[in-house]
Amino acid sequence: MLKIENLHVRVAGKEILKGLTLDVGAGEVHAIMGPNGAGKSTLGNVLAGREGYEITEGSVTYNGRNLLELEPEQRAAEGVFLAFQYPVEIPGVNNTYFLKAAMNAQRKHRGEGELDSMQFLKLVREKLRVLHISDDLMNRAVNAGFSGGEKKRNEIFQMALLEPKLAILDETDSGLDIDAMKMVADGVNAMRSPERGFVVITHYQRLLDYIVPDFVHVLVDGRIVESGDKSLALKLEEHGYAWIAERRLAGAA
Amino acid sequence: MTSELARPATQVPATDVVADAIGRRYSAGFVTDIESESLPPGLDEDVVRAISARKNEPEWMTQWRLAAYRHWLTMTPPHWAKLEIAPIDFQAISYFSRPKNRPKSLDEVDPKLLETYEKLGVPLHERARLAGVAVDAVFDSVSVGTTFRKELAEAGVIFCSMSEAVREHPDIVRKYLGTVVPTGDNYFAALNSAVFSDGSFVFVPKGVRCPMELSTYFRINARDTGQFERTLLIAEEGASVSYLEGCTAPMRDENQLHAAVVELVALDDASIKYSTVQNWYPGDENGVGGIFNFVTKRGDCRGARSKISWTQVETGSAITWKYPSCVLRGDDSTGEFNSVALTHHRQQADTGTKMIHIGRNTKSKIISKGISAGRGQNTYRGLVKIEKGADGARNYTQCDSLLIGKKCGAHTFPYIEVKHPGAIVEHEATTSKISDDQLFYCRSRGIAEEDAVSMIVDGFCKQVFRELPMEFAVEAKKLLEVSLEGAIG
Repeated sequence: MLKIENLHVRVAGKEILKGLTLDVGAGEVHAIMGPNGAGKSTLGNVLAGREGYEITEGSVTYNGRNLLELEPEQRAAEGVFLAFQYPVEIPGVNNTYFLKAAMNAQRKHRGEGELDSMQFLKLVREKLRVLHISDDLMNRAVNAGFSGGEKKRNEIFQMALLEPKLAILDETDSGLDIDAMKMVADGVNAMRSPERGFVVITHYQRLLDYIVPDFVHVLVDGRIVESGDKSLALKLEEHGYAWIAERRLAGAA
Repeated sequence: MTSELARPATQVPATDVVADAIGRRYSAGFVTDIESESLPPGLDEDVVRAISARKNEPEWMTQWRLAAYRHWLTMTPPHWAKLEIAPIDFQAISYFSRPKNRPKSLDEVDPKLLETYEKLGVPLHERARLAGVAVDAVFDSVSVGTTFRKELAEAGVIFCSMSEAVREHPDIVRKYLGTVVPTGDNYFAALNSAVFSDGSFVFVPKGVRCPMELSTYFRINARDTGQFERTLLIAEEGASVSYLEGCTAPMRDENQLHAAVVELVALDDASIKYSTVQNWYPGDENGVGGIFNFVTKRGDCRGARSKISWTQVETGSAITWKYPSCVLRGDDSTGEFNSVALTHHRQQADTGTKMIHIGRNTKSKIISKGISAGRGQNTYRGLVKIEKGADGARNYTQCDSLLIGKKCGAHTFPYIEVKHPGAIVEHEATTSKISDDQLFYCRSRGIAEEDAVSMIVDGFCKQVFRELPMEFAVEAKKLLEVSLEGAIG
């Protein structure tokens, strides 16, 4: 469903992604691991359509369409979801109201009828129950004054509600304690299905104990240098990213 | 069915195209083709006399106007506000204009006029009955019809145009007119006192709870005219009333002056809620044209336990200069000011309130929300004054500014004068900006940029919108959306 080919991206004049290629099929979970500064978050932001990223080469195709041509809100409506590493606070805007606006904007784009308040609240309650989230989160302003854990839960909750086709999780595990991480993982696992693809960006292997990926890719210096199955993540955990660098040197020699 | 005033009408003619082209849809900007009778431009004692004569006013009223005019001549325009005002040629303004075919009752009102109000969504005529809002509509200088007169009369409430009140209820008018805003209060109030043309008069007698929302709709139509309405609202002991005014004007390249005076009097245990949705033509994006909105509004909590609450949503006008205030004279009286002021393109606003605590245990609350976009300049200016005898006085002020874009400005000038050592005065202020991160976050969830902006703005204003009568709160929200079109990118 997602095909990234030879993607080169510059941020503020500096090349961050240097020929990234990745193929995500429906029903697959791909983990992207890599050291700080490798370009992991850049990948997430480019896919969601954030401004300030200059694509100099390569292509991104999503369900046969050129994803890079679409506005962020169109991408969302077409089923692309980015769980933010740092969710943004929007004081004054009620979380429930925000989500209803998002949901209905997406439905409208897809030519589906908008949900009224009753239908929407019913759906919210259903999803809250599955994710074991307390409903007081819904009565507060979007992420305003939320703890780090609450913000991440809110991201997963939004994902569960919006039911994207392609979900990108940008270091959703960072800063979470083990219970919160399990909750995030449960949320993702509950949504795994043959129609849905996941790109899980993470710095640590820990999350992958709970979200077991089909593929693991190692991103170093703007390129995927190594791909494999979940065992690759374990090797990385054991040997660190230095091990990858050594292997590359050995390969080059 | 709608019951809103000053609504951005959807079925408006060609002006829409023009407005769209300049990136801001001012949908109330049409001109009604109706014959009007105006005094030639210029101002002197004869003009003041002529206005008074045309309105068949009693001699005392004429003299009152002349005294105000003579006082005005000795005054100079105020310059302390943070506003850039091009000099106004007071001799170039026509001080009186009215539709030529003067109606004797609502049924005789020119159908074109009614059409205008209908376009604007004003529920005059039968629609009013359905909506349950009593409307007094002021077109240029005269009041063209008051709905629901009979129903109100049964409750003992007088709701009519100011001209009528001067003729039919002279004792009440004489007793209260100018007692809250004296004729020489300030430059524009003095001018208004001399030349005021019409406005609304409301009298709610002792113990009566006004059975419906009252509202007035103001519209400037004729070219080169000023609008100088004068509104007087009295709630006797234990009475209560809620009143709303809405304003629009056509789009013109010249600036037009609107200098109104509103006086409220609340006696013992009375309560007055006064709401304004101001959508005068703001000028184009380069600051050409637009209304100068120079207004003096003051409420006198004259009686014990009385309450006056001002709520305003100011989105229009090239320049807004107004400070709806409360004089808390009665013991245990309460004053409130809730304001949303928006400036876009080259609009300027210097607005706020004055809370004067004189009586004991008087309380006041100020909630001000300023939104600046484009090159708009938005200033909050407020005075909280606690006099010596005001034991137990308390004020809470919250003053928030929201910036959209990089070229606008928000300014806050709170004045606090406390002469009582026991007073509690709190002031909180915040300034925030709609950030790119917030917008991207919304968009990544499927919400288009403009919708995201209005959602954030709406969230910012919620505290004030809550104070508006419900149907107007919906309207105010829409009005902000329209006013902010093109604010991003």
